[in-house]
Amino acid sequence: MIRRALTLYFGVAALVFAVGYFMGTANVSLLLVQSFAYALIALGLNIQWGYGGLFNFGIMGFLMVGGFAVTFVSFPMNDAFWQSEGPMMLGRALLAFLAGALLVIGARRLDRVGITGKLRTAAIILAWIAAYIVYRSQIDPAAAYIEANGGWIGGLGLHPLLGWAFGGVLAAGVAFIVGRIALGLRTDYLAIATIGISEIIRALLKNADWLTRGTLTVSPITWPTPLPQDLQAGGMPIADSFIWARLGFLAMLLVVIAVIFFLVQRAYGGPWGRMMRAIRDNHIAAASMGKDVKNRQLEVFILGSVLMGIGGAVLVSFGQIYDPGAYQPINHTFIFWVMVIVGGAGNNWGAILGAVLIYVTWIISDPVAQQVFRAVSDFSVNQGWGAIPDIESRASQMRVFVLGIVITLALRYAPKGLIPEVVKRSS
Amino acid sequence: MNELIFFINKVLISGTVLGSIYALGAIGVTLIFGILRFAHFAHGDMMTMGGFIAFLLALLATSLGIVTPIPTGFLVLPLAMVIAVFIALGIDKGFYAPLRKRGARPVTLLIASIGVTLIIQGLIRLFFGSASYSFFDNEPKEIFQIDMSAIGATRPITFTEPQLLMVIVTVVAVLALHFFLTRSRLGKAMRAMADNADLAQVSGINTALVVRVTWVIAGALACAAGTMLALDVSLKPDLAFNIVLPIFAAAIVGGLGQSYGAIAGGFLIGFAETMAVFNWAILLRPFKDVLPFEIPADLAIVPTEYKLTVAFVILVIVLLWRPTGIFKGASS
Amino acid sequence: MALVEIKDVVGGYGGAPILNGVNISIEQSDIGVIVGPNGAGKSTTLKALFGLVKVSSGSISFAGGDITNALPDKLVPKGLSFVPQEKNVFTSMSVEENLEMGAFTRKDDFSTTLDWVYDMFPVLLEKRNQKAGELSGGQRQMVAMGRALMSQPRLLLLDEPSAGLSPRYVLEIFEQIVKINKSGVGILMVEQNARQALAFASRGFVLANGQNRFTGTGAELIADPDVAKSFLGG
Repeated sequence: MIRRALTLYFGVAALVFAVGYFMGTANVSLLLVQSFAYALIALGLNIQWGYGGLFNFGIMGFLMVGGFAVTFVSFPMNDAFWQSEGPMMLGRALLAFLAGALLVIGARRLDRVGITGKLRTAAIILAWIAAYIVYRSQIDPAAAYIEANGGWIGGLGLHPLLGWAFGGVLAAGVAFIVGRIALGLRTDYLAIATIGISEIIRALLKNADWLTRGTLTVSPITWPTPLPQDLQAGGMPIADSFIWARLGFLAMLLVVIAVIFFLVQRAYGGPWGRMMRAIRDNHIAAASMGKDVKNRQLEVFILGSVLMGIGGAVLVSFGQIYDPGAYQPINHTFIFWVMVIVGGAGNNWGAILGAVLIYVTWIISDPVAQQVFRAVSDFSVNQGWGAIPDIESRASQMRVFVLGIVITLALRYAPKGLIPEVVKRSS
Repeated sequence: MNELIFFINKVLISGTVLGSIYALGAIGVTLIFGILRFAHFAHGDMMTMGGFIAFLLALLATSLGIVTPIPTGFLVLPLAMVIAVFIALGIDKGFYAPLRKRGARPVTLLIASIGVTLIIQGLIRLFFGSASYSFFDNEPKEIFQIDMSAIGATRPITFTEPQLLMVIVTVVAVLALHFFLTRSRLGKAMRAMADNADLAQVSGINTALVVRVTWVIAGALACAAGTMLALDVSLKPDLAFNIVLPIFAAAIVGGLGQSYGAIAGGFLIGFAETMAVFNWAILLRPFKDVLPFEIPADLAIVPTEYKLTVAFVILVIVLLWRPTGIFKGASS
Repeated sequence: MALVEIKDVVGGYGGAPILNGVNISIEQSDIGVIVGPNGAGKSTTLKALFGLVKVSSGSISFAGGDITNALPDKLVPKGLSFVPQEKNVFTSMSVEENLEMGAFTRKDDFSTTLDWVYDMFPVLLEKRNQKAGELSGGQRQMVAMGRALMSQPRLLLLDEPSAGLSPRYVLEIFEQIVKINKSGVGILMVEQNARQALAFASRGFVLANGQNRFTGTGAELIADPDVAKSFLGG
């Protein structure tokens, strides 16, 4: 098994080198950073699906939350906002939100004072409506005011690493709410519910211009390591500066991944991991053995989402731009499923291998398809049938197709993945 | 009275049209779930694909000089549905049947359907790019206006020919499905298999045949829904990708596996969406003299840009309140 | 040649075999009853006969033809019918629709069979438009048996027809089984109420550990002190 894994890792490394040979070191350094950021997210999904058997089709939402977190923490302060009435108005909106929340909680607890049944249900519904109206009455003018004066709230101007951490924290918060709502559901329902919640998150972040600048996008977002421009200022040639700056970022990212990987691996081998697998494989039996299935599943869902939040923050940091309109379920949810399934659900080494392999495949599908189409086009021109139009835009669409082919083939011929989960028989 | 006409145009007609689309899609989703026990994510792309098949056939018909008073895209729909049915059967045979044979869990089939989604999307984009196409480049889109001056309104009730056809198609499809499921031998066998697959097998019901019939119906309905949607708006590669989520919401709200629930769920979600973004202030304006307060300019329940989230909010509420849907869906 | 002939059948669900050489033969005029302790392979024998459990060696023949590992949709038209122990009705469908599903493999007009089943179970006629899921346990068992009879079987396989029924219904169901047999349908059933069932059985089979232990007429087995001591509770 270890030999197989090593061979596969060498194979992927060789593939990366080959890509580097054709596309240049600068491109491959870009590719490596991105693929390891994806690996971190795939690790998060592997915890949820591989360890916990929990279906999460809402990865995109957690990436967006993480991206927002790092934008908010690391982007410079917007003085125009802080000197305006904006903070006060937002404060009032927050108070309205809390008041609404209290109202709802109060209505839910009416049964303690003897109001139950339909009356209580009606009270809860009324409380929700009232809370919604109260909140909207404060947030709408605040949003309009901020957008008119200062544009948006800006950031806090803190270190990006804090932003990554905040991405994890914020994702944990969202995961707690999502988990409480959805984790009791059957798999199919959970899939739809998570995808629905991620769409709600997308709509909120995309349209809350006062908070995220929405489709206007935020940039440039700072790096935790020196930018190419910083290196150039130190006298480094432009071509080299990109490579070294990216390698610096990569080194920082690898440290983060190594720490997380070590912790996750330990957890997996320990009693917590054994219990999670027991719950995944037969949660009825696990429940009858006195395991608190629901809370354990919530834990695993939150843990996985934290990694997704951090990964989403890393991606935004590295790309230096937060564009809520650019998030798509294919690029930001389904691709991670392909990574984990191909790599081997339940095996962290497999998840990382799958992430790098699939990301490289995703990236090179485009140029490879272009070459293929050019060859076919030349052939067809020679035959007098005319050339294939729009080769470049067509080739870039082949990525999606290749992703689909890869996952269906994997499910059919290697359902356990390239590096399958190691099932230790407990004697 | 114009306010009322505005309400009819914006809420009743839009809601009916949207609900029809959702219902047609949700029936397919719910039938597949009932028989095969997995959420078929590729359904939205089967709809889009159906739209493109009809589009190609319509181009072909136009180039052959076929011109009729009804939209060409609608004229070729039956043929497009036949082609879509064969593709649906091929997809099952190529991607899902081998997994079922291996005894794979429904979740695996769900993930496989994501793969199929990606493949169909990729192929559509490969051939058609990401541009938007219209069925009405060579013929006018007829618009019906019902004059309402009799009740004192200056604006007419307005809807288009494709919208009318869509509602007719939905009604016909729902009735046909109802008679199929309650009167025909195969339809009853389908219900039997959805109810208890093991017992259906024991009874000697040819389950492989039932599975094929399911794909025939789902494929045909998906093609019809996709084409009608493309006739109403325009044909884009991601036509149904965004609609598949409300469709699933509709199927779940109605109870997965319940055909009638899917129809109800479709219209519920369709109307909820249009009503949520409707500016209710318009309906209050005629009473502005008698109302004790000033009417705000905007009284929509949610801003228009959040229209899509309405379906999910309803979905989440239903899942919390009654996890198997309003009509008690199947559990597996 | 007997109607059904199970010869040295070995089989199971993929792991270790549950059946280790079972032999059973039944005529169409017989009521055959399989008894034995839990885990003896009684239900598995019926399922192997009906193609629901894989037979790895041995053979099963029915009406002179080999049916080893044949699937239900081929067996039902040949004249075999099976009533599972649990979940044996389509709960969301009406009683009459349940019966129709039993006739799925028939292409001819089955209205006379339907009348015959209603004759056998008059209460079903009364509740023909009611959903099967709303009926009592005993009535459900009648729907299940009626469904199985709709294909006009030559041999009816019953997996613990009396399980979970109140004593009054147990007796009634047994009477119906005898009646069905008198009308010319062979019966092969698995029963927990061993002594009661063997009393009207023309063939009895005692299984243990997936093998035949005793075979004889029902009366012989009841009279056999070894059988009585080990399998009929004294």
